[in-house]
Amino acid sequence: MNYEAVIGLEVHVQLKTSSKIFCSCVNKFGSSPNTQTCPVCLGMPGVLPVLNRRVVEYALRMGMATNCKIPKYSQLARKHYFYPDLPKGYQISQYELPLVEHGWVDIDVEGKTRRIGITRIHIEDDAGKLVHDESRPVSYVDLNRTGTPLIEIVSEPDIRSPEEAAAYVRKIRQLVRYLGISDGNMEEGSLRCDANISLRPEGQKEFGTKSELKNMNSFRNVQKALEYEIRRQTALLLDGQEIVQETRLWDAGKGVTHSMRGKEEAHDYRYFPDPDLVPIEISDQWMEEIRADLPELPDEKRRRFMEQYGLPEYDASVLTVSRETGDYFEEAVRLFDNPKSVSNWIMVELMKLLKQTDVSIEQCNVTPAYLAEILALVDKGTISAQMGKEVLQDCFGTGKSPASIVEEKGLSQVSDESELEAVVAKVMEANPKEVELYRGGKKKVLSFLMGQVMRETRGKANPKKVNEIFRKMLEG
Amino acid sequence: MNELITFPISKLQSLLSDREVSPSEIASAYLERIEAVDPTVQAYITVTPGVAEEDAKAALNRLKDGGTAPLTGIPLGIKDLICTKGTRTTCASRMLENFVPPYNATVMDMLNSQGAVMLGKLNMDEFAMGSSTENSAFMKTRNPWDTKRIPGGSSGGSAAAVAAGECPASLGSDTGGSIRQPASHCGVVGMKPTYGRVSRFGLVAFASSLDQIGPLTRDVTDCAILLEAISGHDPRDSTSADMPVPCYRDALKEGLKGMVVGVPSEYFVKGLDPDVENVVQKGIEYLEKQGASIREVSLPHTEYAVAAYYIIAPAEASSNLSRYDGVKYGHRSSNYANLMEMYQSTRSEGFGDEVKRRIMIGTYCLSAGYYDAYYKKASQVRTLIMQDFKKVFQETGCHVLATPVAPTPAFGIGDKTGDPLQMYLSDIFTIPVNLAGLPALSVPCGFSKDNLPIGLQLVADHFQEETLLQAAYNVELMAGCCNKLPEIK
Repeated sequence: MNYEAVIGLEVHVQLKTSSKIFCSCVNKFGSSPNTQTCPVCLGMPGVLPVLNRRVVEYALRMGMATNCKIPKYSQLARKHYFYPDLPKGYQISQYELPLVEHGWVDIDVEGKTRRIGITRIHIEDDAGKLVHDESRPVSYVDLNRTGTPLIEIVSEPDIRSPEEAAAYVRKIRQLVRYLGISDGNMEEGSLRCDANISLRPEGQKEFGTKSELKNMNSFRNVQKALEYEIRRQTALLLDGQEIVQETRLWDAGKGVTHSMRGKEEAHDYRYFPDPDLVPIEISDQWMEEIRADLPELPDEKRRRFMEQYGLPEYDASVLTVSRETGDYFEEAVRLFDNPKSVSNWIMVELMKLLKQTDVSIEQCNVTPAYLAEILALVDKGTISAQMGKEVLQDCFGTGKSPASIVEEKGLSQVSDESELEAVVAKVMEANPKEVELYRGGKKKVLSFLMGQVMRETRGKANPKKVNEIFRKMLEG
Repeated sequence: MNELITFPISKLQSLLSDREVSPSEIASAYLERIEAVDPTVQAYITVTPGVAEEDAKAALNRLKDGGTAPLTGIPLGIKDLICTKGTRTTCASRMLENFVPPYNATVMDMLNSQGAVMLGKLNMDEFAMGSSTENSAFMKTRNPWDTKRIPGGSSGGSAAAVAAGECPASLGSDTGGSIRQPASHCGVVGMKPTYGRVSRFGLVAFASSLDQIGPLTRDVTDCAILLEAISGHDPRDSTSADMPVPCYRDALKEGLKGMVVGVPSEYFVKGLDPDVENVVQKGIEYLEKQGASIREVSLPHTEYAVAAYYIIAPAEASSNLSRYDGVKYGHRSSNYANLMEMYQSTRSEGFGDEVKRRIMIGTYCLSAGYYDAYYKKASQVRTLIMQDFKKVFQETGCHVLATPVAPTPAFGIGDKTGDPLQMYLSDIFTIPVNLAGLPALSVPCGFSKDNLPIGLQLVADHFQEETLLQAAYNVELMAGCCNKLPEIK
């Protein structure tokens, strides 16, 4: 029998507001333990949370970007459980009245577009971290992360394959980065993903029993964990066994999931409205302000790039992968009006370098102006395309302007290797005796041969290059 | 006995401004009084002579330099669940026996900025859960009028200290009657302001949607003075109201012409002590004599208030008290082998019986499958109770309501400890007010046959503290029960 996977994802995204969600502590990653804390985020007696307005704005941006409905009122709720990294004994989250709900995003997998429903997006505070001492049976609590603002994005069970799941998470990351609300970095934990997955016979409407997967800390792991889980559940079903509803942890090292807790051990979180916080009221005016501030989003930008610049869909998708890439492209096109050429150079040459060095496009040495300059040099025939690539590489490494690189290296002279090789070959053919002499050990004749090349190219040949070519052709 | 300890704040203010007496002299008089009678009354968990001395010095400088405020040089006692920076704040619990907050409650910042002088931290029921102050982990406070009796609770220390002359005024907190009931039992004025009138920041939470800090004083004038000092919007408390603070003292005018006083029939039930009923009837007559018109009204959902309260308050408490887990501060058991045992032993050892009882009730009420039947239903009842009051104030045209504070005068120590339900019923007349978020006070109105003080409860509409104070002031004038110091035996 063939089974179909039914997958829903819960994505947690840390928001990069300047302060925490309920206090004025700095919201920053990587400080020494317990230095970014105050009585409020430490959950000391008598203190009260005050909601950071910016967190609501960031979450609403995401709601708008995912086509969600925005209710007028929303409410924060307490979610209770005991753990040492949770100083209040409860997380402040949302339950009955989330900030936004009922939206969707489109994802592209293998050339097909699929629409994935968003059930809800709500705001909540992050917990701290436990640091375990390897040498002694003790754990330390670091509460710097406590109170970091999070949004939780819950999808409908609309995802049908691990590839779609990975594409969905990439889409979420792309959106939060476009919106400037998060780094969306899975490895650092600023974007975290849990999955609910069940199987059902193809054609069946009812859902099967699901398992919840946790601890998948990269896009690859999301995909691999789901692939594993589909294999595991398929094998059980084919064997006539039942799926147990449970929470399973992904072990990336072993490439397997294993049971963490069953349904019976599931927490009763005892949600109830947080009496310390008044309901969030979203006025039309506030909503309009936020909407007016929204940047152009990736789908929109891609369509525009195709229309405005006549780019193929593939180019448009690559160039809109991030807001910065799109901005880079448009700035370069403004200075060098050949969109397809700019696109090719970014997609092939520049992205190769970026990938090799792990530098981001907005931070790399080759500014859009420099790229445009290189393309103009190539276009005018001052340098060849091949040399253009070298200049790009040089510029990428040193940050020097293309003009100065061309001048320094004398590239505006004839330096094209294949062109020079042809001249050198011609000179060697015309002077067999001198070639013989050189090969016989009279190295001095090289200057005579060089002179012949200079005469042939009317002095424009790059001497250094010519010298190299001669040595190669005479000795090699 | 130093005469200074018999004066209300208003009298001390004029002595200070006329340079008749220094803040240190006043503080010393009170500290001596504490030393003399507190071994009997047991109102203070922590006496802070060092803080008092420093505060008094600072107050003296302000008096010399000018720039004084109404409370400059006035000593106060503080209920021990209001956080005081550098002074331990125990909530009368083993759990926080040695907890020293690194921050002040907003009300403490406000009092400090006025130059008030702190005498110490006052006893209470553990985490404010109780009606007799017998649930303190440390001591049983005595009623200064009869030391075999309870002072009421949970702000029993705050009421007893004022009554015994151990401070001219104090701060308490009121979640279901915890200021008004002990004020009535101890013969002092005690007000629960409108929910949101006074910042809750730094008030250790019992039930967040009901808790409110308020003053306990010798007379109504002092109540107005202290209320004004602690009222106002606080950006650190989202539930505090951004409303202007009037000059409450200006409301204290003789005569109540045009005032309509409602008397809710549901508050005069069977089982109401005859002494209490007499005193309350007398109080209503006083109001009428001062020019108010009296109208019988109905608050039909009153009988459900206690039941709703004992779901909502424990539910919130079970959540608020989750933070006492032994990880970060406070008590941690030494008796555990793993994390779960650490939690269990810490909380079993750190909390007293009543606190545990309420945590269990609250946890149950919020559990999956019970939430709708309990917490949600109780919240709906709460809305009905609010609507009852709204009708009376906005449709029937009442300005204040006059009711008993508690069904009986102060009862004997140990009388009700074995029967939590009987104890819960002590708050039957005060609880609806908290559920509705209204301001209310208890003003001394008479005495029982056994010479125990009995207060009259007055309730007003949201943010109508001025009306409340005006009515109370007129009762005070007629009853003449304020500013009385019992002989402590």
